[in-house]
Amino acid sequence: MKALLSILVAVILYELLARSGWFAAALVPTLPTIARTLWGMLGDGSMERHALNTLARVFAGLAAAALTGLVLGFLMARYRAVERFFSPLVSALMPIPSLAWAPVFILWFGLGNVATVLIVFYAATFPMLINTWTGARAVNTLWLRAARSMGARGPALFWKVVVPGASPFIITGLRLAFQRAWIAVVGAEMLAASAFGLGWVIFDAKEFLNADVMLSSLVVIGAIGLAFERLVFGSLERATVLRWGMVRAGRT
Amino acid sequence: MNAIEVREVSLAYDTPTGRVDAVLGASFATAPSEFLCIVGPSGCGKTTLLNMIAGFLVPSAGEILIGGRPVSGQGFDRGIVFQDFAQLFPWRTALENVAFGLEMKGVPRAERERVALEQLRLVKLEKFAASYPHHLSGGMQQRVAIARALAYNPGVLLMDEPFAALDALTRDEMQRLLAEVWRETRKTVVYVTHNVAEAVYLADRVVVMSAHPGRIRAVVSIRLPRPRDALSVEFLQYQKELLGHLTRQEEA
Repeated sequence: MKALLSILVAVILYELLARSGWFAAALVPTLPTIARTLWGMLGDGSMERHALNTLARVFAGLAAAALTGLVLGFLMARYRAVERFFSPLVSALMPIPSLAWAPVFILWFGLGNVATVLIVFYAATFPMLINTWTGARAVNTLWLRAARSMGARGPALFWKVVVPGASPFIITGLRLAFQRAWIAVVGAEMLAASAFGLGWVIFDAKEFLNADVMLSSLVVIGAIGLAFERLVFGSLERATVLRWGMVRAGRT
Repeated sequence: MNAIEVREVSLAYDTPTGRVDAVLGASFATAPSEFLCIVGPSGCGKTTLLNMIAGFLVPSAGEILIGGRPVSGQGFDRGIVFQDFAQLFPWRTALENVAFGLEMKGVPRAERERVALEQLRLVKLEKFAASYPHHLSGGMQQRVAIARALAYNPGVLLMDEPFAALDALTRDEMQRLLAEVWRETRKTVVYVTHNVAEAVYLADRVVVMSAHPGRIRAVVSIRLPRPRDALSVEFLQYQKELLGHLTRQEEA
């Protein structure tokens, strides 16, 4: 309810601004104009097609990033040699904005999906990696001792104790990775995608001064991001770490 | 039930300020099904000694035999209960926690759940089989930990101040319950505590240790009928005797 209220206030403020007459109507369209445009694009299926393209790119990049982050994170936590080799690389690569790679990837792979997915991958890998690495090292030694005394070794110890023990960090890592991926994909589509995608829509609309199209796309980007954050990651947390009491819900 | 033999066991480690003898030349043996308590001030090496019997630490001299076989690493012949409530796996229900050892042994699900439920009944928690640890009180969590350590039927139960973090009332209740569990299962128990009354209540024999270096000072047999009356004259006399050994060493 509180979330709806804050969004409503922001929307009303925007509408007042759009109707104030201080700006050209074509540049700051009113909400009914945006809604009409959005409705039209949803009606002819073009907005859905853009959104699906964007989602596909995000999930391709995110899946590869999650896999890389999990595998490398666990290996770094487990083997000193792996940690010593990758830790400086991570420190060097992490601060580079993923979009800074866009021209390089375009040069290597051309415009299109490969470059876009790579940018998403780059953005999402580090939060997943850092969180898995930290999470695996933060697993309570008492659990490991108890498990070993009950005969857990090797793969059983890993899957039944280390992974669930690190799950609060892993879920946070996945959540941050999605956010980074979602931010990166829009930028990547503006630069590297030749056609389709919510980011491309915004960039393309600029050519024709279609502010209403841009804002419609922004609304969809925000809505999908919000839905994932609240529904997917919210329920994932409620079904696991919150239910297990490994993290607490904020006080009401 | 297996006997435990500790032969001239020492553990020394190097610190920046020199070599420290955590345990020096400790020797004792338990009869099968004996309840043995180790008491001593903090820093006397009693937990270190227990950790060597558990296989978490390797003695720098001497040897430890369980059922005639030298200890190397952890094994199904020992069950372990720690002081910290956090020893339970928060992502597993009480029943799943208790079933963990059997799962590692490869016992089929139906069978291990049957045995785990039986163990929970032994500690009077069968109604909470489906509860996650964070919904249980500290005393209940420690009872689950006891059931978990017993579930795969080890000959020896090792306990490291399992009730030290509980309030006095719950602790009394837990001691009664443990005495009952011990009578029913006839495990050989090594129980570390700094609480003299607890040792007199539970033990067949009490090993008294002193600190710097960690040495065995005395071994006292408690010849009182069970269940024991903590307010009887004889009970208090044993407490006095143990306290005498503990304070004498401080003066020495």
